[in-house]
Amino acid sequence: MSHNFKNWPIVTGLTLVTIPILFMYVFLFVDTVTDTLPGEMIPNRFTLEHWRFLWENIEGKASVWLAMLNTMIFASSVTLIVLSVSSTASYAISRLNIPFRKEFMAGILMLHAFPSITLIIAIFLILQMVGLYNTLIGVILVKASLQLPLGIWIMKGFYDSVPWEIEMAGIQDGASRFTVWYRLVLPQVRPGFFALGLFSFLEGWSEYILPAVLAPANDVQMLSVYLASLIADDQHFDFNLFKSVGLFYAIPVIIFYLFFQDKLMNIYGGGTKG
Amino acid sequence: MEIVLENFTKRFGDLTVIENMNLKIKEGEMLALLGPSGCGKSTTLFAICGIHRVDEGRVLFGGQDVTRVPTQQRNIGVVFQSYALYPHMTVAQNIAFPLTVRHEDKQTIKKKVGEMAELVHIEELLGRRPEQLSGGQQQRVALARALIRKPGALLLDEPLANLDAKLRLEMRSEIRRVQLETGISAVLVTHDQVEAMSMSDRIAIMKDGKILQVASPNEMYQRPENDFIAGFLGNPPIAFLDGIISAGNVKISSGNIEFPCPENIEKHPDGSHISVGIRPEFYQPGNPYKIPGTVSFVEIQGRENLYDIKLKDGNLLRSIQSANVSPLSPGTKVDWGVNPEQLFFFDNSGKRL
Repeated sequence: MSHNFKNWPIVTGLTLVTIPILFMYVFLFVDTVTDTLPGEMIPNRFTLEHWRFLWENIEGKASVWLAMLNTMIFASSVTLIVLSVSSTASYAISRLNIPFRKEFMAGILMLHAFPSITLIIAIFLILQMVGLYNTLIGVILVKASLQLPLGIWIMKGFYDSVPWEIEMAGIQDGASRFTVWYRLVLPQVRPGFFALGLFSFLEGWSEYILPAVLAPANDVQMLSVYLASLIADDQHFDFNLFKSVGLFYAIPVIIFYLFFQDKLMNIYGGGTKG
Repeated sequence: MEIVLENFTKRFGDLTVIENMNLKIKEGEMLALLGPSGCGKSTTLFAICGIHRVDEGRVLFGGQDVTRVPTQQRNIGVVFQSYALYPHMTVAQNIAFPLTVRHEDKQTIKKKVGEMAELVHIEELLGRRPEQLSGGQQQRVALARALIRKPGALLLDEPLANLDAKLRLEMRSEIRRVQLETGISAVLVTHDQVEAMSMSDRIAIMKDGKILQVASPNEMYQRPENDFIAGFLGNPPIAFLDGIISAGNVKISSGNIEFPCPENIEKHPDGSHISVGIRPEFYQPGNPYKIPGTVSFVEIQGRENLYDIKLKDGNLLRSIQSANVSPLSPGTKVDWGVNPEQLFFFDNSGKRL
């Protein structure tokens, strides 16, 4: 295809604004394997010292692998709950004739508008009372329920765009309402389902404030909390260690993106036709 | 299977769409529900297959009351206007779906899908997805899916509305062929009188939720019960002129003609106003009672020419004539006429006399 516009101004412009960011990424990596001083452009030596947290525990902290596992469990559980609840709940709101449908939807929107930080004290008290403070389950439940309004809202939008006739045809073909949902409607909203799953996972992965407040103990600590605690101490902080752990923390997310990028690009490309 | 609607009433909220409808679809026949948009024909269809709940009255399948039987158990095949194929499944999976949900074994399903594909001539498309098919092919798939579990009846909701003109012609005869080959009772919902007349054994014409007349296409065309039916059937449509009965004669003021009452309206009292329906094929040069006018519009259709004739007082008549002679140009004065035997007369309530 021939272009009806010139490429080079765009490329130049983008390069100019990207270079500083690219520089930051490059030196984030370089600093994790060298002792380069701030401001120096040339790396001085190669060392794996800053990655020592991988094979030994940092003083006063649990293993980074445990934190990784906790984060993994947390993010996956949140994703699972958000996906299963919002894919069924929003179908009901979109298609079933249930009472107070409008009010419910309005309520969901309201909940979504609420900054979760304003609830944190109440949540803390409740978790303490029911004995879920400093447990993974507690923080998973809290995060999932705060994620749900958005999930339900997004999925409802996808369900609304599925033609009614597909469902009518399914019922006509003798399928139960559940089969129709599972075999015919759910495949039509797959792009939304995947996107929601991915976002929930990433949200869970990068969540900081909830685990920091609700599950700070070493054995249930998550990577974000682990990372933050490295520089929390004014006396001795190790920036290179911090950068290394940060990179370690970001790697799964990058891998995730690489795997699912075509799914993500395709969110609105799927759908049904005719 | 014979389908009977008994005093069927359907409301949406406060709005009564259909009131006390009675309709019988005979075993093995194709019945067309014909009417303008919004007259309740699709609503009737959805009541038969059970997607809409029936508010009052009964639905009988072969004498059995199925009014409260859920859709899934009614065993009715439906072809939707948009075909409603499942986009994520292949053609074969689409056709097989009604059997898959019944957990029939794979071998049987495969055999039956093959038979169905053969019936609707899509054997070579089984591996494709709906989006890779043309409208006509999608239609065939929808037909196969509706028929695969040998339903008691086939319901077609505007099946040809989404096709282009040439395919429409082809699918018209295809659907009819499949229906005759399987001998299934079928209901065809359409707003196109040509479709209704060419495909069905009988037509039920509807207006505002009421059935006006049920008759064979020919019967309905020859003997419409009222002016609405006469106007709905026939293309180009019938033209109406006002007339008055006086002293045993019919006087049509706009044509300035007068002829003795045909026997079917002889008993009508003097001075009553009637409406005279003149079909385009019956307003021709050779006829005895001349209604002069001016050609205002010519449509050349190849085999035939269609003329709009403006009368002196502004009323319009249509005439369709074979194109053997070269077409007249607009503005030409003509002196064509009618034959009283071929006209329809309607009283002022619209009923044919």
